[in-house]
Amino acid sequence: MKAGPRESRAYQRLHAKYRPQTPLLRNVTVAFLVGGTICAFGQLVYDFYLGLGFTPAEAAGPLAGTMIFLGAFLTGLGVYDWIGDFGGMGAALPITGFANAIVAPAMESKREGLVQGLGTKMFEVAGPVLVYGLTVSFVVGAVRYIIRAY
Amino acid sequence: MQTLGDPPTPNTLWFSSEPRLISCGSVVGPKEGAGPLGDHFDHVCSDERLGERSWEQAERRLLMAAIDHCLVRAKLKPEDVQVLLAGDLMDQIVTSGYAARHHNAPFFGLYGACSTFSEALLLGSVLVDGGYRKTALCATASHHNAAERQFRAPTEFGAQRPPLSQWTVTGAGACLLGAEPVVKDEPCIVVESGTIGRVVDYDVADPYDLGSAMAPAAADTVLAHLRDVQRSPEYYDLILTGDLGRVGRDLALELAGGQGVQVDGERWQDGGVLIYDRSQNVRAGGSGCACSACVFCGYVWRLMRSRNLRRVLVVATGALLSPLISKQGESIPAVAHAVSFKLV
Amino acid sequence: MPYLTAFITGGLLCVAAQLVVNLTQLTPAHTMVLFVSAGAVISGLGWYDVLIEFGGAGATVPLTGFGHALVNGILDGLNQKGLMGLFTGGITGAAMGITVAVIAGYAAAVLFDPKG
Repeated sequence: MKAGPRESRAYQRLHAKYRPQTPLLRNVTVAFLVGGTICAFGQLVYDFYLGLGFTPAEAAGPLAGTMIFLGAFLTGLGVYDWIGDFGGMGAALPITGFANAIVAPAMESKREGLVQGLGTKMFEVAGPVLVYGLTVSFVVGAVRYIIRAY
Repeated sequence: MQTLGDPPTPNTLWFSSEPRLISCGSVVGPKEGAGPLGDHFDHVCSDERLGERSWEQAERRLLMAAIDHCLVRAKLKPEDVQVLLAGDLMDQIVTSGYAARHHNAPFFGLYGACSTFSEALLLGSVLVDGGYRKTALCATASHHNAAERQFRAPTEFGAQRPPLSQWTVTGAGACLLGAEPVVKDEPCIVVESGTIGRVVDYDVADPYDLGSAMAPAAADTVLAHLRDVQRSPEYYDLILTGDLGRVGRDLALELAGGQGVQVDGERWQDGGVLIYDRSQNVRAGGSGCACSACVFCGYVWRLMRSRNLRRVLVVATGALLSPLISKQGESIPAVAHAVSFKLV
Repeated sequence: MPYLTAFITGGLLCVAAQLVVNLTQLTPAHTMVLFVSAGAVISGLGWYDVLIEFGGAGATVPLTGFGHALVNGILDGLNQKGLMGLFTGGITGAAMGITVAVIAGYAAAVLFDPKG
């Protein structure tokens, strides 16, 4: 039985009455604190590489690499899913969350084999970030190229 | 337009020979064992992996363990089971199929999502009541980590679960139905009737909000059952829905009230609300086909045996969610079947 | 106070993402894609360097910084190799991140088992 538009609207109204409120203030505050902490730690890593004599432009790569490594490691230890459930986008948006999105499905799919499991599922969640990152940056670069050419 | 609880035909079957509920078995994971009902289960596993290599294999072990507990209690051997009706949440209901590989019993694999438990009970009662089978074993299992992986995201993925989301129960429950006569002076539980549910869809599309998707189906089946058997809800000591959770149960009560059937919250309990404590970080409550099975086979069955409950209506509720179809933008249909037990 | 500005910049980007998730129908996956794309576009407009100037790692560590790294690489490529750079620069700019993601991801996945 599929509810008609009237029933389904009435149900939505009822639903709005019982639906638990998303704790927006709590989520936003925690996202700020968790995301801020991860980024402040990133600054520490960045300064470490500057101290080794990297230029600011050169240090960006090692910084990303280190943060991704840490995210992968914490996911392996089984910690990052708790950080994510607690911190929401504060844990997902930093590049450590990108690493989590890569390791989590890869680790889970290991039992289906290193190629058909781990290999195919590694970018199950994080793949779209690469696809759209590359596509959009290509378009942006092309626009810049055309503007410069004419 | 059809209304809730008013299907065009009577959908309730009376089991005149009153198939007996001979025995129950229940096995749960550590989180469920730490919950309010923890003392009522036959076995609480100490870790979620059960020594297996994958969550799927762990789920299979749970199902087999629940069946074993049920048979041991009934003092029966696996060969005595004349039909096995089992289901779970995995693709191709693999848990049940592989568990049935270990038993020589003829096997029906069932899928009704989380409603599978009462679906199995209902069909098992039909087979026993019709005289086709002397014993029928009805069992379901689910595993939180296997279900997360199948329906949502890998377990280690750090997604924030919204307040509406529910926690799939890790566990399994098994019931043995049989054509045995009632023994005098012993608490005998029999299956009295069963109501086949319809698929109901009230346009809930959020795959995290399954309780709200299932509430109309639960209300529809409960109302249809009460209409068919011409009883008021007060007839039952307990109406146990499977896994609506806190939000879904309130919605179902409200929907039933909207059709003129007032049920008080004490009488209408929900497995998903009972099995976990609020402090266990499960958001809206438990879910999964083991939710209704464990709560019934562990908790409710013991209450009936100790004569604390005499008439119980079990309404396992299932959201027929497919991650694939859900991403294609369709709403989530749901189904619920009711089975009424009484103590004689 | 580079740590404080990094904290604030990164924290605010995460707050923006959290608001998108909680106030719209978009899933976290959609939001991550949105922020990578937004980072690339802002970088193309030349504004992302201003954010990095202020926030340091607070601007580079969130996924918007990944989008910026891709565009930055492409712009460098265009300067050095012309049109060829449009095709090679993006991956070059993000090479370290992508390679470490695959290698560390592979190692972690092989070495560890999911805890559930």
